[in-house]
Amino acid sequence: MATTGAPFAQPQPRPPQPPPPQPSAAQEPIVVFDDVSIGFEQKPVLENISFQVRQGEMRILLGPAGVGKSVLLKLVNGLLRPDSGRIFVFGKEISAMREEDLFELRGAIGTVFQEGALFDSLTVRDNIGYRLLEEHVSDDEITARAEEALRFVDLEGTMDKFPSQLSGGMRRRVAIARAIVTNPKLILYDSPTGGLDPITSTTIIELVMKQRDVSHTSSLLVTHRIQDAFILAMHHFNRATNQMEPLPAHTTDPNTSFLMLHQGRLVFDGTTKELVHSQDSFIREYIS
Amino acid sequence: MALETIDAAAKRGVLAVQEYALLSARALGNVFRRPFYRNDIFMQADIIGVGSLPIVILTGFFLGGVLALQSASTLAQFGAAAFTGQLVSFSMIKEIGPVVTALMVSGRNASGMASELGSMIVTEQIDAMRALGTDPLKKLVMPRIVATIVMLFFLVIISDAVGICGGGFVSVLMLGQDISQYFHTSYQSLEFADVFQGLVKPIFFGFIIATIGCFYGMKTRGGTQGVGRSTTQAVVWSSILIIATDFMISRVLIGIFGR
Repeated sequence: MATTGAPFAQPQPRPPQPPPPQPSAAQEPIVVFDDVSIGFEQKPVLENISFQVRQGEMRILLGPAGVGKSVLLKLVNGLLRPDSGRIFVFGKEISAMREEDLFELRGAIGTVFQEGALFDSLTVRDNIGYRLLEEHVSDDEITARAEEALRFVDLEGTMDKFPSQLSGGMRRRVAIARAIVTNPKLILYDSPTGGLDPITSTTIIELVMKQRDVSHTSSLLVTHRIQDAFILAMHHFNRATNQMEPLPAHTTDPNTSFLMLHQGRLVFDGTTKELVHSQDSFIREYIS
Repeated sequence: MALETIDAAAKRGVLAVQEYALLSARALGNVFRRPFYRNDIFMQADIIGVGSLPIVILTGFFLGGVLALQSASTLAQFGAAAFTGQLVSFSMIKEIGPVVTALMVSGRNASGMASELGSMIVTEQIDAMRALGTDPLKKLVMPRIVATIVMLFFLVIISDAVGICGGGFVSVLMLGQDISQYFHTSYQSLEFADVFQGLVKPIFFGFIIATIGCFYGMKTRGGTQGVGRSTTQAVVWSSILIIATDFMISRVLIGIFGR
């Protein structure tokens, strides 16, 4: 078995929890957007977007539906190219890279798509192990790692099912398992709770939090659900109890911060407290 | 206003040709680049080749039969009914075999490719594939092109053979012709140029079917309605291109071989 690392470690017995990496100015950012703009059919969608995602940091991108959040996420892994500006991922300027070179870079990025985007003709095992299959990893190892990833998302026993046999929430959990199976350095979540009921949404958010607090993977999460964003900012995942718990009063997760888009522009880039105390009328209306 | 519409339509047309050329070139370039996706090529060969076998055999047999039926009565007016076999084999090998087989395979597979890839586009499976580090042109398009070209080549040979047999069946059992004479005139009149022409065409037709099917699949927009539109366009355009290309290849080869 190749992977027994932090992301899928069993809660019992517990090894000492590694300290979460603190963002520092000295660390090279994982993602850098430098004055990025993109439009479709002459219509600007994103204009002059600049922000960074640092090592171990979770950035939550908020904004109304249709504002360009998913477009921004697709720019991060090079599925779309900007009309202007520069995008750096792991220090490489992906906006200037050839598509062939991007495939290798994407190996270090896990992506959870809005509707899961599972391959409907492949089983859960083959969906999760897709990248491993492409790398010609042995069948036994793929099975072992897929089982491990499924255990992480509490979906054991679904290995041989097809996506059509799973509920919406289960499909989303398989998508998370597929994104984390190769231990990526960066995970992109595109509205992971979109269209799900509140209980299933909380389960998904708990998994996102588990990935953030257990493996300290840098991530960019897109959502228009403010309640999901605040759960992530004000809770942490306790490995001892294997569930999320609220942080002490008046404290927020230091590695979680916010971005907000409005009419194609970035109108907020800051911490949870700064978001809550913002005087901007749009932000106040959005979070109220 | 009308000029603007013409202008926009022309730009869309030029853009589509450019995108089609780029997709075809990149997919062809991938034939020589690793990974080769051998298993995917074999799987597609099975779906496209073996899967199309029943319709190719059936259409080939009845086309040969109807050719014999129609031509025998005309030839009989000139006392040339004995040349029925020659006419059937000429027509099947040079023209009807490649074109009809390609149209059949196009109807079955170009539509299948467009709908399959189109569904993958609208459900973000293609984006997921790219995000997982796999080139969809290499994984999905290249195997379909290789498999269609190779399998159509053999399907046309089968169709030609079955068509000649179908013609023989009608000539002997329904028109009372001599079986030996039918098959003798069928193959004896054939020359290298005829067989060459019949075997070159499926290579071009296979390329057209796969690239058009994949092109419309990969440019699908607009949900399930878009998938339906892509499927229709793939069949329509591959059929038109097959017939237009058939004319051009025939013209060129007749120019070269003189027959």
